[in-house]
Amino acid sequence: MMESIKINASIRGPWTLLKKELLRFWRVAFQTVAAPVITALLYLLIFSHVLDKQVQVYDKVPYTAFLIPGLIMMSVLQNAFANSSSSLIQSKVMGNLVFVLLTPLTHLQFFTAFLFAAIIRGLVVGLCIFLVAMWFVDIHMANPWLIIAFALLGSALLGTFGIIAGIWADRFDQMAAFQNFIIMPLSFLSGVFYSIHSLPPFWQKASQLNPFFYMIDGFRYGFFGKGDVSPLISLSVVGLSFLVLAWITLKMLKSGYKLRT
Amino acid sequence: MTSPAIKINGVHKYFGSLHALKGVDLTIEQGEFFALLGPNGAGKSTLINILAGLIKPSAGNIAVMDFDVVHQYQQARQLLGVVPQELVFDPFFNVREMLRFQAGYFGRGPENDPWIDEILEGLGLTDKAHTNMRKLSGGMKRRALIAQALAHKPPVIVLDEPTAGVDVELRQMLWEFIKKLNRAGHTIILTTHYLEEAEALCSRVAMMKQGEIVALDSTSNLLNKFAGKQLRLSLGKVTLPQGLLPMLRVQDNGIFTFALSDMEQIEMVLSGLRAANIKVLDMQLSEADLEDVFLSLVGNHS
Repeated sequence: MMESIKINASIRGPWTLLKKELLRFWRVAFQTVAAPVITALLYLLIFSHVLDKQVQVYDKVPYTAFLIPGLIMMSVLQNAFANSSSSLIQSKVMGNLVFVLLTPLTHLQFFTAFLFAAIIRGLVVGLCIFLVAMWFVDIHMANPWLIIAFALLGSALLGTFGIIAGIWADRFDQMAAFQNFIIMPLSFLSGVFYSIHSLPPFWQKASQLNPFFYMIDGFRYGFFGKGDVSPLISLSVVGLSFLVLAWITLKMLKSGYKLRT
Repeated sequence: MTSPAIKINGVHKYFGSLHALKGVDLTIEQGEFFALLGPNGAGKSTLINILAGLIKPSAGNIAVMDFDVVHQYQQARQLLGVVPQELVFDPFFNVREMLRFQAGYFGRGPENDPWIDEILEGLGLTDKAHTNMRKLSGGMKRRALIAQALAHKPPVIVLDEPTAGVDVELRQMLWEFIKKLNRAGHTIILTTHYLEEAEALCSRVAMMKQGEIVALDSTSNLLNKFAGKQLRLSLGKVTLPQGLLPMLRVQDNGIFTFALSDMEQIEMVLSGLRAANIKVLDMQLSEADLEDVFLSLVGNHS
């Protein structure tokens, strides 16, 4: 299917790298797509079973409906990060990253290919959860464009962060530390399972320092037309964070940090 | 005049306090079959990694067909195919997919497929084309690694220890294919521990020691210069006449090895011994090979 698309010779390089990155996760879709979908659905089943009758975050929005966008976005973010970071650390540990480093691909092309692969993995996982969740709950979308914007920007931000982690980490345990001590706490404490307004004032303030909070809240705003902060603020925080991380990543790639000694 | 395939200008490399390359200068012309020899730690791989863009030089520069490997890396890498020394592979894909990807990174698409078939055929990989890289034997992985470096049909091919741990059959097959590429105009640069390979294949040789090039000449000149022939004489405990000392290479337990540049010198040695009343107990004449040159230049610690 991909072969039939006409490709200009100058973009064939980055396009090939993107295609390879997509095939890489698609070949093991059971692990890279099915597994996170199942995990999200288990969260959904358990939390909605336990809390649906007892908790109502927004007026007239049942807890299960509130939970779904947060779970989708959390999975989008985690999988975007996992895609670029695990691909890079595997290639580094296996040594096969050399095949890409020997090519004329520029640092920008390298970045773009890994970025798009991460975005696509994040969106595929998010879309699957969305489609399955539709069986459980009526999903209403107040502003689909906001949903798309946050899904794209959020996955881009975490995909970029994954590239940084993948370049920085030399071993699998360093990467696991990144996942367990940064990505997991930030995503669980971002308001996926609650509105930050239910927190004590100090933790409300603390949550506002967490960029994951803005991604989850903005994405959820697209569904319900309401959130903890204005979607414009969220969009600015996420957009700006992406630009900063992308700039850092491009600097790292251009200087050859840890890749070309 | 055509530009040189590789031009290395005063390249230095420091790793912390280690001075790994101490001002290497080297020019390799297009179409050459060139060997870079030296013991472990001599700096061969460092030099090749700088050429490939995997390591940055501390000083100096390298150009591939006039394109600087740092400032014009896109053009330089387009012209270069490097076979890494480590046996690395991507476990997600089969051989043909890897070759297509590799060609694709260099901007080559389906029009390159006949060339990929030719590489598969030349390296005996045709029936493994659809086998996952993970399932290949060590020898087959090595072939696939070489194939990947050739996938974009580079005019300059660098093989870093391509036959390390490889069986005789593959070595023969590999060299036949590489010789064919060389005849077709590809420049071949080879580092190897198997000196007989360099001797049999390469027209020119550079020897490195501790980050410097200590010899650079045509293979035949090197062989002539350092030891055209070797004469081993068993003489017992004697003192050689002064006139023979310049030809003496090694003296060990009554066995004297002389390096001769031509056959006439045999008579010179023998008449010198006769005049000094020294009796020859045993005599052996052998052709020198690159190993002798190598050992006499870089010492015995390869």
